[in-house]
Amino acid sequence: MLFPSMLRTSGDWFADFEQLYDRMDELLGGRSATSSIRAVGRAGAFPALNVGNSPDAVEIYAFAPGIDPKSIDVSVEKGVLAISGERQSQDGKSSGGKASEERTVYANERFTGRFRRVVALSDDADPGRVEATYRNGVLKIVVPKRESSKPRQIQITSGS
Amino acid sequence: MQPQSSSTEMQTQQPQQVQNSSNTRTAPALLPPVDIFEDGSGITLCADLPGVGREDLAIGVDGRNLTIEAPLKLGEASSLTPVYAEVRANHFRRSFELSGDLDTAKIDAGLRDGVLTLRIPKHEQAKPRRIDVRVE
Repeated sequence: MLFPSMLRTSGDWFADFEQLYDRMDELLGGRSATSSIRAVGRAGAFPALNVGNSPDAVEIYAFAPGIDPKSIDVSVEKGVLAISGERQSQDGKSSGGKASEERTVYANERFTGRFRRVVALSDDADPGRVEATYRNGVLKIVVPKRESSKPRQIQITSGS
Repeated sequence: MQPQSSSTEMQTQQPQQVQNSSNTRTAPALLPPVDIFEDGSGITLCADLPGVGREDLAIGVDGRNLTIEAPLKLGEASSLTPVYAEVRANHFRRSFELSGDLDTAKIDAGLRDGVLTLRIPKHEQAKPRRIDVRVE
């Protein structure tokens, strides 16, 4: 390797991530021994996913910068939500007209190509009303919960 | 970080990534993945910064040091309980060391859909030019 500092590719990047995870896990009380079967490659997967729960909905955040929202496909089938699409390489776009020009690539860490990630929804999610928005490179998917499964107060009526 | 002898000459033409582990870190930061390439007129750097708005992005040049720093925001804070998280820090930071042939006063930055594109042009005199050989 000619330039060790420049050629730190994704391997090292993820190594750094791992360090970060380890540190966070320490703070959060240890990594759990079980993980979702679809999240095995969590450090290498694109887009990275965060999932949060609220009383009304499940919110899924996919960190997918630089993608035309029209080319992202979000589907729900049999309780599994799938996010798929393709990220074009920026290279191809900008060098189209000047392919003859000399270009030296020093780092190529950003993901390109097709991707697909899936999230298993809980039984109380209502796949009929999924909403997805794309902003600043983050895809936010809101899956509302069924009315019947929302927490609610039960009124106690007196028997007399 | 010393390059091997064959690369000494080129080494001055490219930004060098500062060893991130040696930096004094105040809080855990996400290291955005980047693409860096150079052509005759300058260097282009693309960085993935999802969840970063234009108004929050800070690009600083201190001497020869270029630092990209930005908080990651996911919209309004709601009453979410995290269930699963692959992104576990809330800001990005990464630094690069620039070389003297780059014109730091003319850096052009664009942010679109969470991708930062930085164009760092070379000084006029540093651009490659063809030298005509006169026939006497």
